[in-house]
Amino acid sequence: MFAYILNRVARAVLTLIIIVSLAFVILRMSGDPAIMILGPEAPPQAVEAFRKAWGLDQPIWVQYAKYFGAVIQGDLGNSMRDGRAALEVVWERVPLTLAITVPALLLNILIGLPAGVLAALFRNTAYDRLIMMVSVIGFTVPSFVMGLTLSLLLAVWLRLLPSGGSGTVAHAVLPVVTMGIIGAAVIARFTRSAMLEVLGQPYIRTASAKGVPWSQVITRHALANAAIPTMTIIGFMVGSLVAGAVVVESVFSWPGVGRLLVTAVANRDLAVVQVILLLIGFTMVAANLAVDLLYGWVDPRMRTKTATAGA
Amino acid sequence: MSVVSEPLLTIKNLTVEFDQGAHFVRALHGVDFVIERGQSIGIVGESGCGKSITWLAALGLLGSKARTGGSVRLDGQEILNCSDRALAHLRGSRIAMIFQDPASSLNPVHRIGRQIGEALRLHRGLTGAAAKAEATRLLDRVGMSNPAQRLNEYPHELSGGMNQRVMIAMALAGEPDLLIADEPTTALDATIQAQILELLNNLRRENDMGLVLISHDLGVVADMAERVAVMYCGRVVEESQVDRLFDAPRHPYTRGLMAALPDIDGPKRRLKAIPGMVPPPRNLPTGCTFAPRCDHATEACASRVPGLRPAGAPRHRAACFHLEDLPGGSRQPASPAQQPVQETV
Repeated sequence: MFAYILNRVARAVLTLIIIVSLAFVILRMSGDPAIMILGPEAPPQAVEAFRKAWGLDQPIWVQYAKYFGAVIQGDLGNSMRDGRAALEVVWERVPLTLAITVPALLLNILIGLPAGVLAALFRNTAYDRLIMMVSVIGFTVPSFVMGLTLSLLLAVWLRLLPSGGSGTVAHAVLPVVTMGIIGAAVIARFTRSAMLEVLGQPYIRTASAKGVPWSQVITRHALANAAIPTMTIIGFMVGSLVAGAVVVESVFSWPGVGRLLVTAVANRDLAVVQVILLLIGFTMVAANLAVDLLYGWVDPRMRTKTATAGA
Repeated sequence: MSVVSEPLLTIKNLTVEFDQGAHFVRALHGVDFVIERGQSIGIVGESGCGKSITWLAALGLLGSKARTGGSVRLDGQEILNCSDRALAHLRGSRIAMIFQDPASSLNPVHRIGRQIGEALRLHRGLTGAAAKAEATRLLDRVGMSNPAQRLNEYPHELSGGMNQRVMIAMALAGEPDLLIADEPTTALDATIQAQILELLNNLRRENDMGLVLISHDLGVVADMAERVAVMYCGRVVEESQVDRLFDAPRHPYTRGLMAALPDIDGPKRRLKAIPGMVPPPRNLPTGCTFAPRCDHATEACASRVPGLRPAGAPRHRAACFHLEDLPGGSRQPASPAQQPVQETV
């Protein structure tokens, strides 16, 4: 087990190194931070001085080596805009993002799971078609269209909620609902197909044949098995808790990590972008690891596999 | 005649149709069976002939896409199309069923002990230590080593043969009057197959339990069953005591099946396959469904469906117009000296 976790951690670190390296190269090749931050009309001397100050005048591999040396010592660099530590700049936005993504995730699960299970149990009936129709709308409509539509309806026409900004709980409602609907649609679809797959399995017939009432066949036999594929998609959503709100935060002017990412990329505020990417990579990897460990807990077949893989 | 007690299970004119969207396709065309207490009957036929569907339909296990008709009586009580709730009480406690692929027929995420314990709780109200003790006894009875330890194992940790023993133990948990074994040894290798069949036979004798053995393997049925029914395209085409059926098969289809078997003692010969294919249920020929594959078919065969009729011995019946013309057929179908043939198996 220990060897297994060690192996996973090593792979996670490798993933993070690849993410940061790619971002480092692409960002530096795609625009000059000096001009982005100082403006196109800045005097050449100022641009030159800015480049020198941030080490941008050096060859890219030198910059890369210096950056990695610093990262290993725990220094993730400073924001080029205001000189503050990039980690601090990002970290203060994290609670704001979690304030909308966590309730949205709860909404996803609370709506998506039961809707998917019901759709599967009432397969090919009006319930199923209704749930699936809503679900198709939920995940085919892009999140900005969904966000703007809800905003138009609830904020502009009905004037029930503010259309953007932050500060009160009311401000959080539209972003949460937008992400809630989209995520619920995805989970409902996955849960439905996982459930249908399980309901067709021989062990479900066995359970019925040994006299288990249908309601208990569902609760005791089907749900645990259907949970296994559904966990994967929920794990993916947990992994994107920090980064998943880029579009929605932009639509509703919510000052979270997502919006910071958009402005930092636009400004080529390299250190900040790198920190955000590291953070996203880290949560993704951590969520994946958590899902793998959960698999072992829910599915005994996985447990044996991981035990032998770790031995 | 004295008052005859009700047979354990009586199936009369059972039909099954599946909803295919635009129309219903009939998979079972009126099947009759009678099973007495402690009796063993074998059902043979190729896949798709309706041998499993008959029993799944009787227990209401075919799902909402299936429409069933006819009658299934348990101790004289009609159970066909009963509520799911009522059937759940019978399933496992009066009639238990085991299936072809034991590994996928057990829930992969539950321990063996929990799966047997569930049946004990439902049918005998046993929980906790009592359930555990009984589950251990059952596993021991079906020949598992270290039964107490097995309770904590998962199906994927056991072999196919051991999983089938677990299935049998689970079926025995409700002390059923009838066990339906649907191809119980098809997924197992030959030595394990023999052990499982012997176990089923012993358990049947010990518990005076009826046994329905569904198989495509004539050899398996010959060893295990007292009576045999041969099914083809959703109908019983021949039924008889087991010895009689193997010594003197009457229906051309049964004869075809026998000719396709190798003899262990007899001289080496080329095995004869039945020409053609089993027609799909939605596209059955009119008249006798076996006629297109039959050497003896005449025009009459294509126009009417032959019913089961006496085939030269007591309680031996076959559904063919040409029983008398076939080699080995008696010229007088039902002699007056014979007892009136019972309606059913």
